[in-house]
Amino acid sequence: MSMHHDIRKIREDFPFFTANPHLVYLDSSATSQRYKGAVEAASDFYLYHNASPLRGLYDMSIQATESFEAARQKTADFIHAGHACEIIFTRNASESFNLLASSLCSLVLKEGDEIIVGITEHHSNMLPWRDAAARFGATVTYWECDSEGYYSPESLQALLKPNTRIVTVTQMSNVFGLENDIKTFARLAHENGSLFVADGAQSVPHMPVDVQDLDVDFLCFSGHKMLAPFGIGVLYGKKKLLDKMPPYMSGGEMIDIVTRDRVKYSQLPHKFEAGTVNAGGAIALGAAIDYYNSLGFDYIQSRESELTAYMCEQILNLPHFSVMGSQDPREHHGIVTFKIEGVHPHDISAILSQENICIRAGHHCAHPLHQHMGVMSSTRASLMFYNTKEEIDRLISALSGIRRAMGYEE
Amino acid sequence: MNNTFYSEILTEHNLHPFHKHDIKDPNMVLEGVNPSCGDDIILQLHVDEAGIITDGGYVGDGCAISQASADMMLDLVIGRSKEEALHLSDIFMRMIKDPDSLSEDEMDELEESSSLQNIAHMPSRVKCAVLGWHTMEEMFKGEDEEE
Repeated sequence: MSMHHDIRKIREDFPFFTANPHLVYLDSSATSQRYKGAVEAASDFYLYHNASPLRGLYDMSIQATESFEAARQKTADFIHAGHACEIIFTRNASESFNLLASSLCSLVLKEGDEIIVGITEHHSNMLPWRDAAARFGATVTYWECDSEGYYSPESLQALLKPNTRIVTVTQMSNVFGLENDIKTFARLAHENGSLFVADGAQSVPHMPVDVQDLDVDFLCFSGHKMLAPFGIGVLYGKKKLLDKMPPYMSGGEMIDIVTRDRVKYSQLPHKFEAGTVNAGGAIALGAAIDYYNSLGFDYIQSRESELTAYMCEQILNLPHFSVMGSQDPREHHGIVTFKIEGVHPHDISAILSQENICIRAGHHCAHPLHQHMGVMSSTRASLMFYNTKEEIDRLISALSGIRRAMGYEE
Repeated sequence: MNNTFYSEILTEHNLHPFHKHDIKDPNMVLEGVNPSCGDDIILQLHVDEAGIITDGGYVGDGCAISQASADMMLDLVIGRSKEEALHLSDIFMRMIKDPDSLSEDEMDELEESSSLQNIAHMPSRVKCAVLGWHTMEEMFKGEDEEE
């Protein structure tokens, strides 16, 4: 796989950029732009090959099943899962976490048990565990990072107790852009007899992830943050655990036998995919994964780290600006979250919007983290390999005028 | 920079608010929150027995629009009766929805608050602009329910 790709050609693969030549899109951590080939794959399926997968016995339905299952295999290969049946398709990472918290907790959680949740977690990897803990009479303990967003193995070790059933933290913070050493954290959890759950929503789109090497028990991520459409997400789980877990939703396609008073559930992965599946979404995700593979992570990572360091260094140099998380630009993976003294993030976002620059302002679905950091809200610029240096220059130029626009001397 | 709504009036009220402080002896206090933005103000009024707003202030945190709008509102309503304040609130809310529907006299009644009329074209910022006004309305409505 070549390290050299023409960025102009890459941008042509995203019609959004052609349609909006004056827009600077720096909100890819919220949702990425769509790869044309992914949307076309879904469209092609629906327009020319449409049939209910996993149901019919006629050729078209069997083909639909094969396309859907091929997407599952591609997804499994992408994160180096041992078996395709360890990939459960969901709507998004939030649904993956809800499924997991509900089903896993009814298998392993007892009254008096504890779940350790990182303070950096997105609400989607926090609230489902809190709900489950409340249901089973268990408690949630927050694992706190330091002021630059780092989690130390020692701080996890200090929290682990015999009744700790589950430990969960993100592989990449959606606020700091910092990669967490989940391989070490998973090992520590396992040595304690606890299960380890990782949020991959921000990592899987930006770096190679090998669930077997990391030895995480579960990993959740979303298709729409990795070039595919909304409405397709993934739960990866180890087969030996998924096999024992009860279904989350019941209904069509997730059963082998139903009588008036008895039901035998299907095998993996169908046990967790009740109802007619989002075949178009899965096929689109498969096409997005093909595209990732054609670019290669060597290229993607070298481009994203160069662009991120460039953006972070310049923001750090602007007077009255501060960057949340690490002060080392190399530790920011596509994400730079910052504050401007005296200017509220929503005003920053509104002014940038007038300059056709899209960034995120607010709390990024991480209220407890912002409380932990002692700030109300922040502004986040996030990029992907399809962004350019020129776009970052436009961001920096607009940012440098904001304090003056808000009535400050400089 | 091409700013259509961050006017000098707005930035001045945001940077140097006249009413952003606790007042002495408020007899009406209500917190107003805009959860999508994180704007958060605590509005404090002193209303005398005749129903006149004799003093007012706010504390809190939020974007320039929410803070400046609350400050301009207090400029307008202090010294007026509750009924007059609600009348102004009605005009302000109508202006935010459709500034063209206001008569010139109504626009004049809003004094500096009329500088926020362009917010009507910024749907994502409407909630910020009306936060102070909305909180005041809720305050008076809550009082009616108690009576």
